[in-house]
Amino acid sequence: MRMNFKIDLDRLARMVLKDHLEARGISYEMCSPGEVRLRGELPPKRREELAEALGEYGLEIIDDKQSVLVERIKVVIDEMLRDEDEQSYKASDYLAHSLNYSYSYLSGLFSEATFTSIENYIILRKVDLAKEYMSKTELTLTEIAYRLNYSSVSHLSAQFKKTTGLTPTSFQRIMVRRKERLAEQT
Amino acid sequence: MSLKILNIALADDDEDDRLLFKEAIEEIPIETKLSLFNHGQELMDHLNLPNVILPHLVFLDLNMPIKNGFQSLQEIRRKPELDQMAVAIYSTSLSEADIENTFVNGANIYINKPNTFKHLKEVIAKVLQMNWQYHTSNLNKETFLFRL
Repeated sequence: MRMNFKIDLDRLARMVLKDHLEARGISYEMCSPGEVRLRGELPPKRREELAEALGEYGLEIIDDKQSVLVERIKVVIDEMLRDEDEQSYKASDYLAHSLNYSYSYLSGLFSEATFTSIENYIILRKVDLAKEYMSKTELTLTEIAYRLNYSSVSHLSAQFKKTTGLTPTSFQRIMVRRKERLAEQT
Repeated sequence: MSLKILNIALADDDEDDRLLFKEAIEEIPIETKLSLFNHGQELMDHLNLPNVILPHLVFLDLNMPIKNGFQSLQEIRRKPELDQMAVAIYSTSLSEADIENTFVNGANIYINKPNTFKHLKEVIAKVLQMNWQYHTSNLNKETFLFRL
């Protein structure tokens, strides 16, 4: 028999961190997604052991300042896109304000590290969220366009098509047919 | 900066096509490690090896002897261990219905085979770039669909 899951990755990660840090008697404070503040320093050997254990779960400790900031940029972008109240934000201002760096600094750093620009990443993430809303909720395209701060459904469709090569309708049809195909197989 | 390397596999029975692909990949700034296979069976034999390091992204030519791209795609998608791999199908002019069918059967990417080296480079660069973003972020791989 098949079982389907909705997975809350943030929660999953937090639970794994909690279990592992507590098991090792490490005092910590959970900050934003992906950030934990430890009380005191962790000697290299213990850190290595912890890294290895967490690695099994796909949790990778990020070291260099550049990577850390890039991850924070991505987290802030996610917050910005999922926040239904922030309807008329300008991404550059939002990021600069949240992270307390100039946008040009963040921009340069992000491009160097990820081979793409912040603007392009935001578009990818928006389209990704649109796909999530389309496949996991009953929201209409109009509602989705509104949630993601598009001026209209046609704007969403145009960006969707430009980014993926498919129209939202084709995408939905493919996802439905995929589910049907999998159901047939079991 | 980032020590992450993109592992790529290509199955294509045409030697020239494999070579062009290799050259195109080498000119793209993302760090990659490429494995080449003559046809689907060779690829599947490799993927089924115990403890093999799986590619992040597999390119399948549709028309290959012994085991073609579509059969390989179906076989890959039937194995949960291979689920994390992104699969790109590339072919010359399929019908819309057939293209959609490759997506329905689990392909993430469909590429219409370009006929110039320059175009091939551009297309591969776009695919790698897109795939890299999926590899390094938590974009949802289940809904990763890309058509060029």
